[in-house]
Amino acid sequence: MKIHEYQAKELFKKFAIPVPIGEPALSIDDALGAVPRVQRQSGGDIVVVKAQIHAGGRGKGGGVKVCKTRDDAEKAIRSIFGMQLVTAQTGPEGKKVQRLLVEQGLDIAKEFYFAITLDRAAGRVTIMASSEGGMDIEEVAAKHPEKIHREALHPALGFQDYQGRRLGFRLGLGGKQVAELTGMLAHLCRMYDEMDCALVEVNPLVLLKDGHLVALDAKLTFDDNALERHPELRDWRDPSEEDPAETEAKRFDLSYIKLDGNIGCMVNGAGLAMSTMDIIQHYGGRPANFLDVGGGATTEKVTAAFKIITRDPAVKGIFVNIFGGIMKCDTIANGVIAAVKEVGLKVPLVVRLEGTNVELGKKLLEDSGLNLYAAADMADGARQIAALAELAGGKAAKR
Amino acid sequence: MSVLCGKDTRLVVQGMTGKTGAFHARQMLEYGTALVAGVTPGRRGVKVEGLEKVPVFDTCEEAVREAGANATVIYVPPPFAADSILEAAAAGIRLIVAITEGIPTRDMVRAKALLNSDYPDAVLVGPNCPGVITPGECKIGIMPGYIHKPGDIGVVSRSGTLTYEVVHQLTGLGLGQSTAIGIGGDPVKGLDFIECLALFQRDPGTRAIMMIGEIGGSSEEEAATYVKEKVTKPVAAFIAGQTAPPGKRMGHAGAIIAGGKGTASEKIAALRAAGIAVAKTPAEMGATLKSVL
Repeated sequence: MKIHEYQAKELFKKFAIPVPIGEPALSIDDALGAVPRVQRQSGGDIVVVKAQIHAGGRGKGGGVKVCKTRDDAEKAIRSIFGMQLVTAQTGPEGKKVQRLLVEQGLDIAKEFYFAITLDRAAGRVTIMASSEGGMDIEEVAAKHPEKIHREALHPALGFQDYQGRRLGFRLGLGGKQVAELTGMLAHLCRMYDEMDCALVEVNPLVLLKDGHLVALDAKLTFDDNALERHPELRDWRDPSEEDPAETEAKRFDLSYIKLDGNIGCMVNGAGLAMSTMDIIQHYGGRPANFLDVGGGATTEKVTAAFKIITRDPAVKGIFVNIFGGIMKCDTIANGVIAAVKEVGLKVPLVVRLEGTNVELGKKLLEDSGLNLYAAADMADGARQIAALAELAGGKAAKR
Repeated sequence: MSVLCGKDTRLVVQGMTGKTGAFHARQMLEYGTALVAGVTPGRRGVKVEGLEKVPVFDTCEEAVREAGANATVIYVPPPFAADSILEAAAAGIRLIVAITEGIPTRDMVRAKALLNSDYPDAVLVGPNCPGVITPGECKIGIMPGYIHKPGDIGVVSRSGTLTYEVVHQLTGLGLGQSTAIGIGGDPVKGLDFIECLALFQRDPGTRAIMMIGEIGGSSEEEAATYVKEKVTKPVAAFIAGQTAPPGKRMGHAGAIIAGGKGTASEKIAALRAAGIAVAKTPAEMGATLKSVL
């Protein structure tokens, strides 16, 4: 689960990690009211207006403005709030800005990149640091891997001070700042651990002209598997940042991801679901979604999945590919039949069933009188649906 | 011959009194697995429907001492599953198969560190995996038993249902399996490809190896290097997620392309460079393996 920068900074404050003085705002009026308060508290005129969306690259997209006067701030607030912000991470349609963060402006001497995340190969949480702060870190990693410094944390003992010193001196900080950095990293690592984070990114972490260190930006992702341990985070979910179909799918414990093709897919198992997308493309089709109904699906779950797929107007054909293990084929068949009865079927449907209770499942579908195409195997099904979707969608839907 | 489990395996089911645990315990028993005990804390002596002859104990320690268990399969809910892995290891159980999906990463990081330091002899498979099966001898997990056939192809896979798909294709081609291992899709897990490749390479009952990978991480690339250096048996592979868009998590926590790393094309190139035959589509997995024999 992702949260907004201003929420991440609230958490930073709880863990004694220094952040700029600032106020979040959910409307233009809120934001205008925040400007004088931030100016007063910080004792300076300069404020920064930052769009709050769950995507990086906001500055380049025009979602972050440094304002020298109150008039500048008002202009920035009015232009950013409600804008459709397009960044490298939002996709071409962008995201509508509905929240702002108004912060104090700071005198920055130097910017650094810091991140904490799991190194899968080592099975350890790892700090990554670079003197190339504010930059696209993936680019730095590709071109100058030597500029990224790493410290792996012990799974039980966590961060050790020497690791902070090692990083600090490698980054070229002076003795006093290294001590400050070490304290900051200790807090960040404790937060990562206690809050079950999956990623903490501070880009940039800045050295101010007065010699102090501040987390100027904050990006935080939590481990979805651990959310139940942190009920307080539930209120921080921003449904407007999520695809409504994906949220609906989550309610039914389905794993659904919207894609830009026209063939709806319903599959059990993540690997098989990805392979189904692969084979559809192999035969010239384009999947409209990834949908894993999981291992222990019920008829209700399958019905819900089917409805989510058919609700997508781009869908010109549906491919159901099931290899029943725990998931029995008759369960799938009943779910599909129930869903079609409820919402109707306006596009071609290809069904491939294999595994537990396959004969029973096939018979249920046959007897239902549904207008569907039975596939002998995965390749046959993919071939059929690619051809059918092309017919149904016409050439316009093709690449 | 086989790897990890076989006729001598004496299995305990942790979480056997739960609905999922009971269902799969019955399936495993029916398949012919020597199911000797169930463990649920506080439920010692309870009879489970269809499993009346399988005693339930409070702890793994009792299951080892009183029923001679030497392997375990875990169906315990996610918040308690990592602890169950450690309990089994501490009881001296060598093979630990964790089926549970959704274990918090922090729990697994710690459990794995403790396994490595204090119980280096314990072999963990999973979590979030379908399990391990030696056809005709022993089924540990949730895979449908009937699609398997005894034989000499070793199968190792990061995926669940895709493992069934490849096994089904192999069996359809008349190619039985020595052992099929589902290593699971989580970022922190027990056995990885390399360890499984090593087991199959050593196993005289395995003639060739089928490897099913996914996008994300770098295990497949590391496996490719290992095959090039250490594996003399023929290997075929498939990588799922060739058309998955970057940055999207496709069901498995592991299956995400981050920072342009872990793409299918990188993995396929690494595998091919190591002399491994890579199936173009998931429909050709079995046929690709057959072509290298």
